[in-house]
Amino acid sequence: MPYIPHTGADVRAMLDRIGVDCIDQLFDEIPPELRVDSLPGVPAPLSEMEVARLAAERAAMDSRCLNFIGAGAYEHHIPAPVWALATRGEIYSAYTPYQAEASQGTLQIMYEYQSMIAGLTGMDVSNASLYDGASALAEACLMAVRAHRRSQSARILMPASVNPVWRKVARAITEGQRLQLETLPVDPARGTTDPKSLERYTGQDVTAIVIQQPNFFGQLEDIEALTRWARANGALVIAAVNPVSLALLAPPGEWGEGGADIACGDAQPFGVPLSSGGPYVGFMASRIEHVRQMPGRIAGRTVDADGRPGFTLTLQAREQHIRRGKATSNICTNQGLLMTAATIHLALLGPAGLERVARACVARTQELIAALTRIDGIRCAFAGPRFHEAVLQFDRPVAPLLESLAAEGIIGGLDLSRDYPELGHALLTCATETRTSADVECYASLLKRLLGRQAAA
Amino acid sequence: MSQIPTDLRYTKSHEWVRTLPDGSVEIGITDHAQHALGDLVFVEVPESGRKLAAGDACAVVESVKAASDVYSPLGGEVVAGNGLLATQPELINTDPYGQGWILRLKPATGASSTSLMTSDAYQAEVAAGG
Repeated sequence: MPYIPHTGADVRAMLDRIGVDCIDQLFDEIPPELRVDSLPGVPAPLSEMEVARLAAERAAMDSRCLNFIGAGAYEHHIPAPVWALATRGEIYSAYTPYQAEASQGTLQIMYEYQSMIAGLTGMDVSNASLYDGASALAEACLMAVRAHRRSQSARILMPASVNPVWRKVARAITEGQRLQLETLPVDPARGTTDPKSLERYTGQDVTAIVIQQPNFFGQLEDIEALTRWARANGALVIAAVNPVSLALLAPPGEWGEGGADIACGDAQPFGVPLSSGGPYVGFMASRIEHVRQMPGRIAGRTVDADGRPGFTLTLQAREQHIRRGKATSNICTNQGLLMTAATIHLALLGPAGLERVARACVARTQELIAALTRIDGIRCAFAGPRFHEAVLQFDRPVAPLLESLAAEGIIGGLDLSRDYPELGHALLTCATETRTSADVECYASLLKRLLGRQAAA
Repeated sequence: MSQIPTDLRYTKSHEWVRTLPDGSVEIGITDHAQHALGDLVFVEVPESGRKLAAGDACAVVESVKAASDVYSPLGGEVVAGNGLLATQPELINTDPYGQGWILRLKPATGASSTSLMTSDAYQAEVAAGG
């Protein structure tokens, strides 16, 4: 069934009316070398029946394995009311509607979400979401360059301990916009950014430093020292945080002296299923003095002509429908549906519930590390405090082991040899509150058997 | 009818320029421009020391209904931005040629406000709907 309402005759009539021969003629101003005639890799059209079948097959591939992989996306329990409510017709949309103020409920959810994110991060103001954590980090880098007008360098220090996928996305989005992302090394003993590595930048024009807490390895960075260095050297601080960890760790707004300037991350742990990698939902919050450089929609609370409370989109002069090419971002919408789920999820958990989740994650990960490092040939790579992930080093390559584990229904973690070859045979593994002691025991005993079998062979 | 002081020079994009005794110039937007924008809620003024070419966007004025760039009528180096506008953007509405000034500029060698429009020329421009 076609979803385009215009018949061939309709199109012909419209073209005749404006005196154009064919639709292609309307795109004449695009030079031929910039046009794409074919899309390699994009399959031929399918019927609705074929699409339904394909989707069902793909969904079945979404494994029911026991999952010990985190690396930026985390499996948490999602209470049943979250999606029962988020899929109600009144709010089942990813978009902010046109004439947004006619949809007071949608705007109120945005406002509640912003209040929760601002509260969690300890920042003054939050937007109504971005695409995902990776693009939120990229937007935060661009925002820092706009906000820090005294800094001319557009130079951003990016520790290698930041999620490598997020770094790639940030690079791809900021490339060609004169930003320089410079990599800071990882301290091989602690798996964190050594504040001493900043000394070579002291006195130079640095626009901002990115600090991920906990970092990609699950280790806790020395946020106090890094933030103090940034303050002393006139650089802004961009905090990339796992929002669940904020139930236990200092919020970015309280880091160092004066706190971070921008906080961002992925709100996927709040009610969003893993779904083979997306869609997820990025968040961003900042200090109030930077708000006019913030991308994305912002809902505000106000009163109507009769003095009754209501909600409205605010500070819209940042956005492209008003500022056109000079808008703070070309993002004109947000991840409204996932933001709605995150808001419901957080409202159900409350501060005490979120803290219980965070504590359970830490405890289960400690249990996992203890169980796995009891096996000969496996050691914990880094000393120092961590949240709910750890890097383990093996005496042999990790990839074949992960394959064997997967064959037995266990996803053991992420092989780090591609992104961090310097770490040797390293595995990034994670346990959230959804893993039980029996799950951990099952993983450990299977791994022990596999290593023993390999040694015997 | 908007005010157009005769002792200032003007641009087609509705900036005014006042030459100060020390040779530097003060720049703002005209009464006509502030009226067209409506109540201002935010003004972004340039940092001191910034070098501008004539026609560069040097400030942003944001009202409840629009945000617009202010273009530097002359090339030069920014001597000062009007810090008062950070908390009182409405000064541009109430006193566009006085307390509502936006920036002061040290003109580049050879740059002169005499190349800009006189009040009569600007008056004609506004009357023509420019």
